[in-house]
Amino acid sequence: MTVSTRKTKLTTALLLAPASLWYLLLLVAPLVIVTIFSFGERAPEGGYAAAFTFEQYLKLPTRSTPFINTLWLASLGTFFCIILAYPLAYYLATRASAQMKSILVALIIVPFWTSFLIRTYAWITILSSRGIPAILERLGLVQDLVLLNTPFAITLGIVYNYLPLMTFPLYVSLERLDKRLLEASKDLGANRWGTFWQVTFPLSAPGLITGSMLVFILLMGEYLIPALLGGGKIFFVGNALVDLFLQSRNWPFGSAVSMALNFIMLVIISLYLWLTSRLGGEGREEVSLF
Amino acid sequence: MRDPISSLLKNYATLLYIFLYAPIALVVLFSFNSGNYAADLQGFSFRWYGETWRDPFVLEAFGNSIFIATTSATLATIFGTLAALALQNVRGWLRTVYDSLIYIAIIIPGIVIGIATLIFFVQFFGWLNPILQNLFGPTAPRLNLGMPTIIAAHALFTMSIVLVIVRSRIAGMDRSLIEASSDLYATPFNTFWQVTLPQLFPAIMAGFLLAFTFSFDDFIVAFFVAGPNTTLPIYVFSSIRRGVTPKINTIATVTLIVSLSFLFITQNLLTRSNARARTPDKE
Repeated sequence: MTVSTRKTKLTTALLLAPASLWYLLLLVAPLVIVTIFSFGERAPEGGYAAAFTFEQYLKLPTRSTPFINTLWLASLGTFFCIILAYPLAYYLATRASAQMKSILVALIIVPFWTSFLIRTYAWITILSSRGIPAILERLGLVQDLVLLNTPFAITLGIVYNYLPLMTFPLYVSLERLDKRLLEASKDLGANRWGTFWQVTFPLSAPGLITGSMLVFILLMGEYLIPALLGGGKIFFVGNALVDLFLQSRNWPFGSAVSMALNFIMLVIISLYLWLTSRLGGEGREEVSLF
Repeated sequence: MRDPISSLLKNYATLLYIFLYAPIALVVLFSFNSGNYAADLQGFSFRWYGETWRDPFVLEAFGNSIFIATTSATLATIFGTLAALALQNVRGWLRTVYDSLIYIAIIIPGIVIGIATLIFFVQFFGWLNPILQNLFGPTAPRLNLGMPTIIAAHALFTMSIVLVIVRSRIAGMDRSLIEASSDLYATPFNTFWQVTLPQLFPAIMAGFLLAFTFSFDDFIVAFFVAGPNTTLPIYVFSSIRRGVTPKINTIATVTLIVSLSFLFITQNLLTRSNARARTPDKE
């Protein structure tokens, strides 16, 4: 080994040192600790007591409701995100004029970079009894409508907050679509509907899958939307984790719940990698949000 | 002939933009409300801005948030930039490990980072505090959750964001300038200082601003590791829990202005940096 390559190696190691320390101490080590904790027992005063038991995992079914709520409402929210985002992304990619396009796309991304808390908070007044229900009542359409603190409010909050995250990857994949393929399809006698389902839609699949994966993964850890729009009545896994780690201080059980959540996320990411590898090279395109 | 599907799509897009922006616009509108209640619009005034400004709890939380965001974004920018530079020379399995760590830190929900950092600090302090007591006696400082732990936790995921932005700029950088510099007998350090760094500067600055915005807006990570300290999002969250007041609307409006102006500057920096990357000969 020459002096200069050794020097390069040393420099590289030094430059990487702070980032490595952070990843190791605050990401890798805690994941190991959570794994160890999940086999432990709850200390009488809260926190962790050393043990090796599967007790925490066996207790998981007692908290099945948050898991069911999360999986069900996250699926529903992701589904509505797709339904609402697709036509918008399609419009931006195929119809919007060139000079308007960059502004319109920026306007989609902007809300995503503003405070999640405030975007969720904004809906509280709108959905409360003085908001939409009051307006509808005055119009004589409904009586005693309750919107806030219902599954509807949570789903709406999900769609509102995650719509940009779904629209952007969809837009990118539709934008990159080779327009000659559409012409070829038209020349071969396909009508618009046929062209859409046989050419456009399959080619937008990478964006659709990426968007759904991003939205679904982030929803697995959602805390604010159910806490603010569900009024603490509809628990997500995130709410259960806050309760277990910060209120009841049952760390071993919290660790087991968190391990179960990590497992679900691992399954989703594996599914995503499998789907994109099946779609071939095109699915591997990186959809950058920055 | 006007395409009916085109106009249908256009109307639909307009509706969705209204859906995206109307709730935020309402919050801003109600922040200028002169009435006593959050949901009852009475008239235009800056009354609640004055009230908010005089609230010591809000000011303390705001100051904490600014301090945390500035410090954690500075750390994240230094660590992330250094790592991005180093990763150019890293290949093979080690590269795969770093790439996975970077993307895991970005993609996993904040709550997982919150739990992870909480567990690390509590274990670490539980182990360190007795040692400090033995060394310095009962007057030894007791380490606890607070501002430093929020800063460290924020730096974990914002560092990854800086890393990704700076790395993509390095990939698009004009290498011929670096070669020219070393051909002209500049030392590697001088080449870095005079050629590489100025080229990377817009990306580094953009990374810093995004890291700041993320830290400033974050609720869930801080909620776990804040200890007795309060940040602005934590203050807003606990006030909402106690009931919606007009003050929250003014805080929300100020927060929006901070993140939007930072976002605007970031976007400008990145656009300029990309334009420069595409036309290196015109400099």
